[in-house]
Amino acid sequence: MAYQTLTINKFQDLEEVKAKVQAEVADYRHTIYVCGGAGCVSSHCTEVVQALKKAIALRGLSTEVRVVVTGCVGLCAYGPCMIVEPDGVFYGNLTPDKVKVIIDRHLIGERVVEEYCYFDEDRQAYVPYTKDIPFFNDQVKIALRNCGRVDFTSIEDYIAHDGYFALAKVMNEMGREKTVEELIASGLRGRGGAGFPLGVKWQSGMKAEGDQKYIICNADEGDPGAFMDRSILEGDPHSVIEALIIGGYTIGANNGYVYVRAEYPLAVERLSDAIKEAHGAGLLGKNILGSGFDFDLEIRIGAGAFVCGEETALINSIQGLRGEPRQKPPFPFQQGLWDKPTIINNVETLANVPAIILKGAEWFASYGVGKSKGTKVFALAGDIKNSGIIEIPMGMPLRNVIFNMGGGMKDGKAFKAVQSGGPSGGCLTADHLDVSVDYESLSAMGAIMGSGGLIAMDENTCLVDTARYFMEFVQDESCGHCVPCRIGTKRMLEILQRITSGNGKLEDIDMLETLANTVGETAMCGLGQTAPNPVLTTLRYFKDEYIAHVVDKKCPAHVCTALNTYSIDPDKCRGCTLCARNCPASAITGEKGQPHTIDTSKCVKCGNCITKCNFGAIELK
Amino acid sequence: MTETHSGCCSGNNELLLARIKQIASQYKGKPGNLIQVLHMVQGVYGYLPVEVQRIVSTELEIPLSIVSGVVSFYSFFATEPRGKHTIRVCLGTACYVRGGVSLVDALTKKLGVEVGHTTADGVFTFEVARCIGACGLAPAIQIDTTVYPYVKPDGLDEILEPWYHDEGETEGVQ
Repeated sequence: MAYQTLTINKFQDLEEVKAKVQAEVADYRHTIYVCGGAGCVSSHCTEVVQALKKAIALRGLSTEVRVVVTGCVGLCAYGPCMIVEPDGVFYGNLTPDKVKVIIDRHLIGERVVEEYCYFDEDRQAYVPYTKDIPFFNDQVKIALRNCGRVDFTSIEDYIAHDGYFALAKVMNEMGREKTVEELIASGLRGRGGAGFPLGVKWQSGMKAEGDQKYIICNADEGDPGAFMDRSILEGDPHSVIEALIIGGYTIGANNGYVYVRAEYPLAVERLSDAIKEAHGAGLLGKNILGSGFDFDLEIRIGAGAFVCGEETALINSIQGLRGEPRQKPPFPFQQGLWDKPTIINNVETLANVPAIILKGAEWFASYGVGKSKGTKVFALAGDIKNSGIIEIPMGMPLRNVIFNMGGGMKDGKAFKAVQSGGPSGGCLTADHLDVSVDYESLSAMGAIMGSGGLIAMDENTCLVDTARYFMEFVQDESCGHCVPCRIGTKRMLEILQRITSGNGKLEDIDMLETLANTVGETAMCGLGQTAPNPVLTTLRYFKDEYIAHVVDKKCPAHVCTALNTYSIDPDKCRGCTLCARNCPASAITGEKGQPHTIDTSKCVKCGNCITKCNFGAIELK
Repeated sequence: MTETHSGCCSGNNELLLARIKQIASQYKGKPGNLIQVLHMVQGVYGYLPVEVQRIVSTELEIPLSIVSGVVSFYSFFATEPRGKHTIRVCLGTACYVRGGVSLVDALTKKLGVEVGHTTADGVFTFEVARCIGACGLAPAIQIDTTVYPYVKPDGLDEILEPWYHDEGETEGVQ
């Protein structure tokens, strides 16, 4: 909190701060943006920053080189990482020793230290410049515009990047009606999963009658495999705060809440610091920018319930109750928090708002395809080389995302499937790689855009086991309020457990499909309605794997251990006895120097023998 | 995260209960703060047994049945004593496909307890997490608020070791 004395009462104050910060940084020869995203923090980026600052000071470069700790740069696989500007050079996998070399050779010697840069395995070459790395150069950053560019601890730096200018424009020029029109025209849809147009939602909020209204930011990012919202909250908290003030002003709400999951302590910390800063500057509180509008923002921390990402469950949780969903209608814009009109938007959706206000609906809608305008942030994870956060214009082919930007599969393995949309989404196959990434195209395939988690899976993945995994998740997280979700998912899980343990029958597959359709049609809230999606898509695209499990009693990927059979190839076995000595079930016998054998009736299928054998003699079928 | 709990076993139970009463009383008449109060109280006491829930209920003037319903609904709230530190193995999709289960198996052996339980020495409570959002670093584990990336079963000893001597940070939000 370096700028507690800052006061912003009117538009001119913003311009003054912007000019002041820009003048301050103009004298620096280089700026180094070090990623301070949660991923890099756990890869010890703080030590890298310390070493960097120390090396710069020791070499007398403090007036020439500026170090900015920013939000997520995106390429988590290379953390800790940094970008040196204005050169546009990306350095990854940093250590305190490496940064000293970079200071000497790059910042003093003006030579790029190639061996610390991004390595392109296909070309077997180092690629120093972000403009040449597909992971970076195929991105269009709107929601993430400040992540990796702005010091998230400084409201002044945010203002220097046009922060709070959108708020001033809304209050001074556009007014409520025009703001809503602009947002409707932009085509911005909810990025949390459902894809409802934000402008239409705000319009309903504006028209709703009530002495008190609320605006809520849903930051309960619970989908496993999704960490987009976390990156925005940690890397650019002010953009969310600004959008909430704009939203509050537009719909007429004087109170806002950000509901953050308890699993994100760093996001809570950075957001609450930013709220305090905004309060201190007068951008939250009474009479914001001289408009006469008052707005306050509070953080509410969840307590570990996935269902609270559902908007009505979230409302109950903010009220301090069990996070069980409410029947709709009435919709939250009619009767939400404390039964008052309430608008709920997701983090990424909100982060787009200030950019649209400043640059216009037309600019935003120039990105994307059909009814899917703008960009979408995705979290790439799983068996993919370049795991991290990307923002792409909608309509990009899935193949480009996985293979070009994501760099393809790790360890030279073959691509098998990609899971989009978490427990509500589906698995797509290699046949779908040319599908366009947008709301409609993904829905047509049975998957969903969802919140933006993309988990790539290689040839060693069993899709039946993946379906079981998601069903276990949903079953555990079902709040129990309605029968289809509480009992239906339980029965589905039992069937999947039977199949993966080798006790499945052919009719189980039909029963599973019937149950999946019934649960989807009859469950009360979004969680239950979408819960069968992972099962339905795997049944649709990987039915042969289900059949292999129930008919042949084999798991083709050898993931379902109960279906594995181990044997020893007598031609390869040297009789070293290593496997027999490491077998916990004493299932392996044989004389020293003679080929050994496995008694399958005793074998517990732990796989110890296969990892111990030095001669590749153990066969897995 | 300034509060540190010393649990029920510190011999200072009276003091802790008084502190809880003080925390809860600040929120009397402020509807909707139950979950936040429970977070703070758990941060002080370490867990939420019925006697603690009763204090919260009295101070906030919310029926005990409601307090208890909320405690049992959310996975962050515990009604059994917890270890000094909480280990969460992430089993989000990314961590699951990258080998999170092997970490659960290895920790079960190392700690000598099953998931959901606390070690006999009271140092660790062992849990699995649905997703800690460190998907780019899978498989990951979290000890209190520290995230460890790309964890391998044979690297667990090194990770656990310092926590046996650590008296500082504890579980809890705020």
